This record gives sequence, structure tokens and C-alpha cells, in this order.
Amino acid sequence: MANVVTKPEVHEDDLLIEEYGYDDHFHEHHHGDKYQSNFITTYIFSQDHKMIAKQFLITGMFWAIIGAAMSLIFRLQLGFPEENMAWIKPLLGKWITVNDAGVGSLAPEFYYALVTMHGTILVFFVLTAGLSGTFSNLLIPLQVGARDMASPFLNMLSYWFFFLSGTIMFLSLFLNTGPFAGGWTAYPPLSALPQASSGSGAGMTLWLVSLVFFVVSVLLGGINYITTVLNLRTKGMTMWRMPLTIWAFFVTAILGLLSFPVLVSAFLLVMFDRGLGTSFFLSEIFIGGQALDHVGGSPVLYQHLFWFLGHPEVYIIILPAMGLVSEVLSVHARKPIFGYKAMVYSILAIGFLSFIVWAHHMFMSGVNPFISNFFVIFTLIIAVPSAVKVFNWIATLYGGNIRFTAASLYAIGFVSMFISGGLTGIFLGNSAIDIQLHDTYFVVAHFHIVMGVAAFFGMFAGIYNWYPKMFGRFMNETLGKIHFWGTMIGAYAVFWPMHYLGMAGVPRRYYRFDSFAAFGQFDAMNQFITIAAIVTFGFQLLFVINFFYSIWKGKKMTTRNPWGATTLEWTTPINAGHGNWPGKLPTVQRWAYDYGKDGQEFIPQIQPLGKDEKESH
Amino acid sequence: MNATVAMTDYRRNRIHPKKFALLIACASIMMMFAAFTSAYVVRQAAGNWLEFRLPDLFYFNTGVILLSSLSLHSSYLAFKRGNTRLYRLLLAGALVLGLAFLALQYQAWQALAAIGVELTTNPSGSFVYVISGVHAAHILGGIAVLILAVLHAFILPHRLTPTRKLRFELTLIYWHFVDFLWVYLLLFFTFQS
Repeated sequence: MANVVTKPEVHEDDLLIEEYGYDDHFHEHHHGDKYQSNFITTYIFSQDHKMIAKQFLITGMFWAIIGAAMSLIFRLQLGFPEENMAWIKPLLGKWITVNDAGVGSLAPEFYYALVTMHGTILVFFVLTAGLSGTFSNLLIPLQVGARDMASPFLNMLSYWFFFLSGTIMFLSLFLNTGPFAGGWTAYPPLSALPQASSGSGAGMTLWLVSLVFFVVSVLLGGINYITTVLNLRTKGMTMWRMPLTIWAFFVTAILGLLSFPVLVSAFLLVMFDRGLGTSFFLSEIFIGGQALDHVGGSPVLYQHLFWFLGHPEVYIIILPAMGLVSEVLSVHARKPIFGYKAMVYSILAIGFLSFIVWAHHMFMSGVNPFISNFFVIFTLIIAVPSAVKVFNWIATLYGGNIRFTAASLYAIGFVSMFISGGLTGIFLGNSAIDIQLHDTYFVVAHFHIVMGVAAFFGMFAGIYNWYPKMFGRFMNETLGKIHFWGTMIGAYAVFWPMHYLGMAGVPRRYYRFDSFAAFGQFDAMNQFITIAAIVTFGFQLLFVINFFYSIWKGKKMTTRNPWGATTLEWTTPINAGHGNWPGKLPTVQRWAYDYGKDGQEFIPQIQPLGKDEKESH
Repeated sequence: MNATVAMTDYRRNRIHPKKFALLIACASIMMMFAAFTSAYVVRQAAGNWLEFRLPDLFYFNTGVILLSSLSLHSSYLAFKRGNTRLYRLLLAGALVLGLAFLALQYQAWQALAAIGVELTTNPSGSFVYVISGVHAAHILGGIAVLILAVLHAFILPHRLTPTRKLRFELTLIYWHFVDFLWVYLLLFFTFQS
């Protein structure tokens, strides 16, 4: 678009806000300097939600690289257990043992530590903090028309608690005894007995402390997100006019607020078992022929508490991605989202159901099979709102004038991933089939596709789409598309074969398979997966380069609303300062999805209804 | 502070965002105790569960914390009426009663240990220690806020500004919350065993 054409449009936004906007006297208060007066308050201890969003994103990327690199190391072990790993000794030190022949191999206990850390980092630091932390912060105030979060100070604390949590976890990687190695779910007794394994001592202590700070961060963020959505919407922004992104972040925050405290309860009880000799989760245990003092605890009780968080947690990961994808698909298909209200109701239904399905993670831990029935039924019912959403995304694309940008490709890729990963969930949600499939690579394939890769795709769609809003520049589109196709094909190449491994009964979390005759035939498949994982990781480096290069050298944004979107964030100046809008606050006159209405390509939310115009929904 | 005050001017609902945020935080704390008490129920159903009677001190102590809440509420009413003497006196009273509650909880734990229920004796006792301990930690947070309120009351001139009224209301909500949280926990312990 040439500047000549778009300039009047820019003015039109300002005129509309000036004419219909709401004067909150924001700029009469002299506090602007408190927010952006020097380097420290602008970039480090910032209270501006836009800067905090960038902090969450870049910290999340840091952790994503570490977490993914860990997976490459254990994939090398799984694909090529005989190969010499001595070359990686400078990085891993004593965790690579070199034998007399000079062949280095990965220490088994460190293999478990890598698997554990990969899960913890990806689930909590990348896909919770990096995803919902980034986009809730960036989009909630901008899309509901608020100056900032309800409490910018608590919002800043939320990031710094996350940073503190990450620092502690990072330090645990360098312990002499290694980081925690008992799986990201930290089941007792491996988590509750410091002497259970080398990582169960100091490694587990740091893991627990780190995650308690992480929960504090999530709660401080969540309190802000909910309050901002409910209390600080601008005039005219009714709940039914909110973009689906906001609905998704809102429900995500509620889920986090209700489920993370339960995790803290479980952690506190673990701490008492570890340090003070109680027996909440520890039953009669012998170590080295020696009976411990613990009597009568129940490890399954921990599993109940853990998964009461654990299951809502997977929706905390996927709902923000769903919200971002809904918005990106609608904008780039130049069509209103299909079935807006159905989308909202399915977000709410998924949120509600997520609280009553936790025991489907425990079918094989000895829970009563009759109780399992209850959990099977509600688990399978989640397929209904999920299918509604998938149908609506496809119907939104159908007949659309689709612009295939990196953002929209990722959004479409998300739908593909969500379908393939979601379908295998129906198998696993069935407690009878789970007898065969539990703890196999089928489970690994399922959750990686449906909440790992899919959530990443939603995140990438969000990053490519809102990058101009964050940095005032565009990411390189060509590199973005290469990144997409490489990741799309690569991710399927990694996780698709794992279904076959799982159906054949190959168990997850094993260090090597050569002593099992039944699994020897899968050596080639394991090698294939490992090579695919390395290649896919390479494509992610392309993204990282593109991201940082574009911050300084990307194509500059010349118009406010490059995608022709209707929502409020694109009515702010290109480099909006604190308070987001320079003058009045915009007021909202219509819903967020007026695309292709009355012969107009799109109508911004700030534009009042025409004389004979009816509101779209 | 200015920034947040400025932003409250255009809030759309009658409830102040900070008050609302506090209520959400209370809901979150409630979930933590819901987790503890449901873990208690599940563990109790599994057997090997030592039955014992809670020391009477716990019940007496409930009276103390209820009085503290009452005192704080009356102080708030006096604050709104402009009765400075009563406002300061009752506020200090609430703080003293709060501190007394903590001290007496400690005594109650000792009474519990004296009847042979120590932290590690049996999960039934461990739960009482852990749950009342985590509750005491939340009381401690309330005490910190009350100390701040007392300092405000005695140092600043008594003026009924919106900011001070809001601060007092936030203190009041939290203190009532941890107070009734204790009542819930006591009733739970009493009727569940």
C-alpha cells in the first residue's frame, strides 16, 4: 500500500477517536516520566505492559532454545546409542563418560535429568509464561482499550518472579548432583525422598523453590488479566464485543488462578515429607535394606493434586494459542470469524471441563475403574467443544480471500496439528485402550502434537502477526514462510512415527532399547526421528535470527494497520508510548469481526454504525 | 500511585479494580485450602488414620480472631464517622488480637504435641499442623498490613479521602477473609474427624 492512499485512513482513526472517544484525563497526570524516564525504568523494571510482554517473549525464547537443545541431546541418545558422544563433553562435562576406547556416552541419570528439565521448561517457562505471559500482556490492555493493566506494579513483579524462578532452575542445571531427574510431574517417592536419586536432593529442592516462585508469577499475572478484562474495558466494549483473543486469555487466567494454588499445596506437602519427616505421600519404603520411618502415605494422593493442576494446565497452554489463531485466521481470511458465540461458549466449556477430567492421567495408577468411567466420559465430551472450534476455523477459511502470510500459514498449521493431535486424545481418553497405550510413545506423540507443536504454532502465528505492533517493524516474510514449511513438515516427521512406536508398545522415558528384542526393529525409525528433530531445530534458529535481525533491521511499519484489522490495538500510533493512545481513549461501536460487510473490506471497532446499519451479531 | 489512581477514573464497573483483584486473590488462596482439605478427606478414607480430639485452645482462639475482625470492622465504621479516638483504639485492638491469635495458635500446637500428636506421628495430625501453619502464614501477611494501617492511623491526620478509605477497605476484606477461612478450617477439622 502506498503512503498516499493510507495517510487519510490514519487520520480517520484519530478523528474518530477525537470525535467519539472518551476523555479520561490520563495525560493531565504527570506520571509519564515515572514509566519511561531512563534505561532502567524503560527496559528493565518497566511497568508498561507492552515492554513486559517483550520481556516475557524474549525470556521464553531463551528457555525454548535451552529446552529444545536438551531434547536434541536425548534424541541423539535414543537414535544413536552406540555413537561416540565425546564431542559434547566440553558442554556437559562429567555427564559424558568416556571409556577406554575413547567412546563417550551420556550418563543415564543425566538422560533422565534432560527429559525432566525439557518437560518442566517447555510446559511452564515457554508455553505458559512465554505464551500467555507475552500475549495476555501485549493484547489485553490494547484490545480492550485500556491504558495499562489494573496494577502495572504487580504486572512488573509477575515478570520478575518468573525471572527469579528461571534463574533458580538454571542454577540447578549446574549442581554437582545434577538437576531433578524424576520426570516433570515430580511424583513421589522420587521427589519426596532426597536420597532416592542423585537429582532428588539439591536438584529437587531448587526445582520446588523455582516452581513456587513461578506460581507466584502466574497468580500475579492472572489477577491482573482478569481484573483488567472485567474492570478496565473502554466504553462500548461489552463482553460480546471482545475479540476471541481476550476471551481466551481471560478464561486461561481463571484456570491458572484456580489450579496453580492446588499445585502449591501439593508442593508444600512434598516439602514437609522431604524435610520434616511427615508421611503424606510416602508409604513404607526400604532403601538399601533399611526401612524408612515413613508410614502410610499415599503417592496417588500427590498424583490427584498434581493433575488437578496438570490438566487445566494443558488448556492454559492451548487456549491462548486458540485465541490467537481465531483472530489471525479471521483477519487474514478477510472474513468474520465463523460462529463467534459458539467459539466463546466452547472456550468456556473447555475451561469448565478441564477441571473434572484430571484422573485420565492416572488410569493405570490403581484408581478405581468405576471412578475411571466418570473421567472417561467427561474427557470424551471435551471433544465436542474442540470439534466446534475446529469446524468454525475451517468454516472461517472457507470461501475466504486468504492472504498466505507467515502468520496465517501458522494459524492454518495450528488447525492441522490440533486435529491430528486431538484425534489421538480420543484413543487415550478411553481407559480400556489406555491399558495398552499408557506410558508409550503414543502418549508422547499425542501431547507433543496437540499441546506442544500446536501451541508453538499459535505462538508463531501471534508473533508474526503482532510483531509490527511490538517493534514497529516487520519480520522477513520469506524467511517466515521457509520457517513455517520446515517446521510443519519437520514436526510431523518427528512425531508421526512415534505413534507407531507407541502402538508397538515402546515405552517412553527409557534410556536405550537394545536389551529388548521386541524393540530392536525400530532402530531405523528412532534414527529417522532424531535426524528430523535436528533439522526442525535448525529451522527454529532461522526464526530466532529473523526475530532479532528484524528488531533493528526489519522493514519499517509505515501504516498503523498493516493487516487491515478491526481491533483497537491497530488504532494506536506505530510506536505507542505509555498509556497507548496519545489523546482520548477510543470507544467501541461494534464487534471485532466486521470484515467484508456492506461492501467494505473491514470496519474498525471504533467506527460508529451507519445510518441504516444493523450490528452484525 | 498516581498512574493507577488516574486509571481508575475510567473503570467501567462500580467495584474498584484493586478491590476486585483482592477478591480474586482470595479465591485463589481459597483454592489452596480446598486442595488441602480435599487431600485430607482422600487420605482419611484410605485408613491408618489416628483419631484425636482437637485441643480446646483452638476453639478459644477462634473467639480471639473473631473479636479481632469485629474490632477492625468497628474501627472502620468509626473511621468513616470521623471518630478519631475510637478509630485508632479499635484498630490497635484488632492488631493486638491478631498477634494474640498467632501466639495462641502456637500454644495450641504445643497442646497438640502434649497429647501425643506430633508433626510426624500420623497424617491426621500432620494435616492439622500444615493447614493451620499455612493459615498462620496468611495471618502473618494480614498482621503486616495491619501494622501499616496502625502506623497510618497514628501518624497521618484523620482524613476521609477516597484513597485512605480504599486502603482501609482492602485491609478489612483481607482480614475478614483470613478470619472466616479459619472458621471454615476449624469446622472442617471438627466435623470431618
